[in-house]
Amino acid sequence: MQSIYYERARDAADALRLAQQDGARFIGGGTNLLDLMKGDVEHPLRLVDITHAGLDRIEELPGGGLRIGAGVRNADAARHAVVRQHYPLLAQAMLSGASAQLRNMATMGGNLMQRTRCPYFTDTAFGHCNKRQPGSGCDALQGFQRMHAILGASPACVAVNPSDMSVALAALDAVVLLRGRQGDREVALRDFHRLPGDTPQHETVLQPGELIVAIDLPPSRMARHSHYLKLRDRASYAFALVSVAAALDMDGGIVREARIALGGVAHKPWRRPEAEAILQGHPLDDAQCRAAAQRLLEGARPLEGNRFKVELAQRAIVRALRIAGEGA
Amino acid sequence: MPDRRSFLQSALAVVGATQVPAATGAPLPATPALAAAPPQPVRLNINGRDYSLSLEPRVTLLDALREHIGLAGTKKGCDRGQCGACTVLVDGRRINSCLTLAVMHEGQRITTIEGLAQGDKLSPMQQAFLEHDAFQCGYCTPGQICSATALLEELRADGTGFTDEEIRERMSGNICRCGAYPNIVAAIREVALRRT
Repeated sequence: MQSIYYERARDAADALRLAQQDGARFIGGGTNLLDLMKGDVEHPLRLVDITHAGLDRIEELPGGGLRIGAGVRNADAARHAVVRQHYPLLAQAMLSGASAQLRNMATMGGNLMQRTRCPYFTDTAFGHCNKRQPGSGCDALQGFQRMHAILGASPACVAVNPSDMSVALAALDAVVLLRGRQGDREVALRDFHRLPGDTPQHETVLQPGELIVAIDLPPSRMARHSHYLKLRDRASYAFALVSVAAALDMDGGIVREARIALGGVAHKPWRRPEAEAILQGHPLDDAQCRAAAQRLLEGARPLEGNRFKVELAQRAIVRALRIAGEGA
Repeated sequence: MPDRRSFLQSALAVVGATQVPAATGAPLPATPALAAAPPQPVRLNINGRDYSLSLEPRVTLLDALREHIGLAGTKKGCDRGQCGACTVLVDGRRINSCLTLAVMHEGQRITTIEGLAQGDKLSPMQQAFLEHDAFQCGYCTPGQICSATALLEELRADGTGFTDEEIRERMSGNICRCGAYPNIVAAIREVALRRT
């Protein structure tokens, strides 16, 4: 790992000040950043440690909802009583990610910022990656494509976002709170991550020097009927081939409202309100679920090596919805 | 008698010394834009003892333990957070010491495999690993035992059961190349049952 300077931020304002220095990056848990530094993929000159900046609180919001500080560790958020009771979908998604050790380290903000696990990005032995080196090309297009995108990709990049947490947050209509030198702003989780287009090196809408301070969850009526289904190549401690965050507001056997977000298929959590609208006002039967799944996968353009994911994703959606709707 | 580790270190030092003359004439690498960060004082509390170290910020907690303090019980497997051999406890929580900087852990209580026993009396988890033959080559064992020790506290905090399936899921961050998993699960199950 290259030489780095290290500074500890006392609070968010201090963090913003320190981050103005050349080559500075925030570090939370460090589980992804340090890994990529060891792999010669990330090269910060300075690390600004924000784990002592007072961003590690979870508070209930007036009028319902929950604010989870960006510095809260993934394990602590997943274990929090309010999260478990009102947002079990989030707890389930977070606990399906990484390992217990990594969840004890990784922060909420860091999880949002984690980079793709596309091997053509993380392994510098491959010479062509538009994320790592804009304009160099994409080795994944002729590579092993099992873990790659089927939706929203571009000729420049077919990588996927690896986060489980973000998929649940997308389904829960979470909002990301950002702080910069110019002030605060809010971005819906759905708009936080970008599609690759021809600038895949930009994975989020976060501006240079801007800090994630918290994630807000609006009140949810879907706690009783939600499910996170993660399909992967081994039973635990693996990234998703396909994952589904399904949440339902049920009135007897009728769907009042539905949320479906997909992971492992695109550069960001994949949601499409018109697919959710198909379920609204109807009983949750296989035909409706299948129709919603088809709509969500509309426009899918798989690669040679991941055609199976189009059908796999649709079946996963149907299964997740059926499990979420149980007991209604 | 020098132990195996100090013997290897001195042997490596000799090898290194013989190579120095050849290297002195080589050109220096390009000077980076920023001068290399110098070592800085870092105080760590490990197994109840305070250590005052001088470390570059880039030194991981794992390297600080093994190379700077000489606590080689914590193992370096993949060094990329994938195998769990480097698992230690920080304020009672299990983490991968390879994916964190030593300087980030000032003021915290670090426990390594060397800190689990009370003198010659093994911890219940260490004892159970012995009794259940929960290892073969032993390289992953310090990480497995530290991880399992923290797992007991997590089970208690979460109020969940400890079926074999649950234990396997919660131990999935510790890989055993020898495949001693059935006996590892048995050892953990026994300690968990005894404590309830």
